Amino acid sequence: MTMHSRRVAQKLNFLLYRPFLTCGAKKYVSREYGKVSAAIVDELTSALGAENVSTSVAVREHHGHDESFHSSKPPEVVVWPTNVELVSKVVGLCNENAIPVIPFGTGTGMEGGVLAVQGGICINLTKMDQVVDVSPDDFTATVQPGVTRMALNAYLRDTGMWFPIDPGADASLCGMAATSASGTNAVRYGTMRENVANMEVVLPDGRILHTSGKGRATKKTVAGYNLTNLFVGSEGTLGVITQATLRLYGIPESMVSAICSFPDIKSAIETTVQILQCGIPIARIEFLDEVQMDACNRYGKLDYRVAPTLFLEFHGSEKTINQQVTEVGFSSGDVVRENGGTDFQWAEDEEERKRLWQARHEAWYAAKALAPGCTAYSTDVCVPLSKLSEVIVESRKDIEAAGVKGPMIGHVGDGNFHALLLAEPTKPDAKQTVISLAKSIARRALSVGGTCTGEHGIGLGKRMFLEDELGAVGVAAMRMVKRAFDPNNIMNPGKVLPSGDDDREDGESVKLQ
Amino acid sequence: MGVLGPKMAFRVLVGCKRVIDYAVKVRVKPDKTGVVTDGVKHSLNPFDEIAIEEAVRLKEKKIATEIVAVSCGPPKCQEVLRTALAMGADRGIHIEVPDEEYASLQPIHVSKILAKLAAQEEASMIIVGKQAIDDDCNQTAQMTAAFLDWPQATFASKIEKTNGDLLVTREVDGGLETIKVKLPAVLSTDLRLNEPRYATLPNIMKAKKKKIDKKKPADLGVDITQHVEVLKVEEPPVRQAGVIIENAEQLVSKLREAGHIQ
Repeated sequence: MTMHSRRVAQKLNFLLYRPFLTCGAKKYVSREYGKVSAAIVDELTSALGAENVSTSVAVREHHGHDESFHSSKPPEVVVWPTNVELVSKVVGLCNENAIPVIPFGTGTGMEGGVLAVQGGICINLTKMDQVVDVSPDDFTATVQPGVTRMALNAYLRDTGMWFPIDPGADASLCGMAATSASGTNAVRYGTMRENVANMEVVLPDGRILHTSGKGRATKKTVAGYNLTNLFVGSEGTLGVITQATLRLYGIPESMVSAICSFPDIKSAIETTVQILQCGIPIARIEFLDEVQMDACNRYGKLDYRVAPTLFLEFHGSEKTINQQVTEVGFSSGDVVRENGGTDFQWAEDEEERKRLWQARHEAWYAAKALAPGCTAYSTDVCVPLSKLSEVIVESRKDIEAAGVKGPMIGHVGDGNFHALLLAEPTKPDAKQTVISLAKSIARRALSVGGTCTGEHGIGLGKRMFLEDELGAVGVAAMRMVKRAFDPNNIMNPGKVLPSGDDDREDGESVKLQ
Repeated sequence: MGVLGPKMAFRVLVGCKRVIDYAVKVRVKPDKTGVVTDGVKHSLNPFDEIAIEEAVRLKEKKIATEIVAVSCGPPKCQEVLRTALAMGADRGIHIEVPDEEYASLQPIHVSKILAKLAAQEEASMIIVGKQAIDDDCNQTAQMTAAFLDWPQATFASKIEKTNGDLLVTREVDGGLETIKVKLPAVLSTDLRLNEPRYATLPNIMKAKKKKIDKKKPADLGVDITQHVEVLKVEEPPVRQAGVIIENAEQLVSKLREAGHIQ
C-alpha cells in the first residue's frame, strides 16, 4: 500500500463508523424523510404508466390500513409495478430521496404493518400475479406476490399437491413470507419459516437479491448465511419480496375431523400434550373455550356443548388415519377418555367435515357478534406447552375480572392462543381496558418463556415487548442487521424495531382508534 | 342402496371436457376469431368434475360397477382423462378430433358420440356436467338423451337409487323438483350435487397405469362436419366513466345531446 492510499483507507475507516454512510447513497444528516413531490410523481408515472400510479384519497386511504384496529395512515402515493425491474427502480428512487417504502400485498395483516406512519410510497405488488413455475418432482412452486394461497391451491389441485399453510385470510403468499405466517395445521406442516426455499427480494438500495441464489431451491443447503430466513418475517423492513419459491406437500389421501368437549381447560390442554407425546402426527388441533363455543352456537345456530372443546383433524392414508383416530378417541385407555373428554364426534365426508369445523371457521365473526359494533383485538401469545394451561387459565381470570368479553381460540399444538378481546362501543374506556389486558397477557407469556407474537408479527403495536423478549443485546443485533441493509431507514419505518436515537420516526405506540 | 344381482353390470359413462381453467382471465385474440388458448392453463370442466365425483361415489356405494371417462378433442384431452382416472374412474376413452376440427365441434356432435358409445359400452347411465364453462351451451345431456331415447334428469343436485329407478332432485327456477327416472338415463350435474375430491399423488400414480382407449368419430359412424361458423369474438364494451351532473339544466342538456330526448 502506498502512503497516499493508506491515508485514503484511514479516512474511509473513520467515515464508516458514521451510521448513515453507504456506497452509492447520499449521506443524510437531516432527520426528515423526503416528501413525494409532484416531480417524483411524474417520474413514477413515466416509469410505470399513469394507470399504475394513484394519488387519489380513496386509494391511499385503502392502502393505509390492514385488518388490525389501527386507523388508516395513508401513504402519499400508491404504485403498481408490473415487474421486478420496476420495483427496483421505485425503491432506488426512494433511497435517493429518503422516501419511505411500504410493500403491500392483500392488506390482510393483523398488526398494522402497512400503515404509512411516515408517509411515503406504497408499492402494491398484486399486479405481479403469475405462478412462475411448479415442479411436481421437486415439490416446489414459485409465485409472484399477487398469487394468494387459495389461488395457488386451486392452480395445484390437479397435481396432487398443496400448500398447507392457512392463516385465516386469503393472503398473498409473498406477504405471508414477509410476516412468517402460520395456520391451523402448523403443528404438522410448519410455518412459512420452514416452507420458503428461496425468494427474490429488492434491497433498499434497489439491488435485486436471490436469497438462495437464482433459481435454486434444494431441500437443504449450507451455502453461507441463511438469507432466506432473514427476510421471512422481516415485515417489509429489510426489502421488498417480489417472488417466493415454496415447498409443497402431497394432498392427504384422507382427512378425518373430530371434536370433543372437556370438563375444563386443563384437561383439554393435557389431552393435547399427550396426543403429541404419543407421536400421533395430528394435522390440526384447535382449542375453543366455553365463551367461544357459546358465541359460535349463537352465531351459527349450532348446539355444541358449551365447554372447552378441541377440534382435531387427521391426515393420512385410510389405514394410518384409523390408527390415529383409535389411539386418540376410541380404544380403551385412549387419550381423550382418560382426560374426561366427552361428546366425541367425527366426520370423513367433505361436507360433514365442513359442518363439523364450521364453528371454528366462523370463530372471529361469532366472537365479534357477541358485541355488535365492537372493535376487536386479538392477542397472539405463544408459550411452551408446559405452561399453556396455566397461561390460558390465568388470562381467562383476568379477562373476566376486567369485565371484558374475550372468547379464546388456540392453536394449542403450537402453544399459541388468541384471546379475542372486544371493546364494546357502549362501554367508556373499553379500548383502554382492552389494551391493558392485551399487554398483561403478553407480559405473562413473556414471564414464562413465551413470545408476544406467535404468528401475527410485531408490526406497529408490539414493538414495546421486543426488548423484554429478546433482551438488549438481541435488539441491538437486530438493529445492526437493519442498519446494514437499510441505512437510510426507508423500508417500512416505524415497524418491528422500537424507535432508537438514530431513527427518524417519533416512536408510535399502540393506539386503538 | 341399489338392489343388484351379483353379475349385473352398472356401467357409468362420464363426459369430460378440457376447458380453460376457471381462475384464468380470458383474453380475446387480436384477430377476434376466438380467445387466447396458447400457454393458458386448462383443466377439467368443473361441472364434469362433479359428474366424475358422483360416479365415483356411486361405485363406492356399490351401485355402479365401472366408470368410463370420455373426452373428445386433440391429444391434450388426455390430461383431463388422467384427472378423472386419478379421481377414481376405471378407464378412459379418448375420441380423437384434431385441432382444426375441434374448433367447430359442437354439443350436437358430442351427443351423437356419447350416444353411440353408450350403446357400444352397454352403459346404464350417462352423466355429464350441466354445461361447459367455455361455451355455456347446456345442450349435451339433453341431446344425448334424445338420440338414445332415454329419460333425462338435468341440473341434478341429489341422486338416489331406488330399485330400478333413480330419484333425482333437480335445481329449477322455482326451487327444487324431485323426479323419478327409469334406468338407463342421462343426467347432468349442478353445482350443489357434491364437493369433488382432490386427486392425491398415490392416485395420480395409479392412474398412469389405467387404460385410455383411442377412437375416431368415424369409428362410431359419427359425422362431425361443421354446423356453426363463428363470425366474430369480442370483449364486452369497456365501461365508460360516469359523469357527475351539477343540476337539472345540465341533466336535460346532456340527455338532449345523447339524443334521448327531443
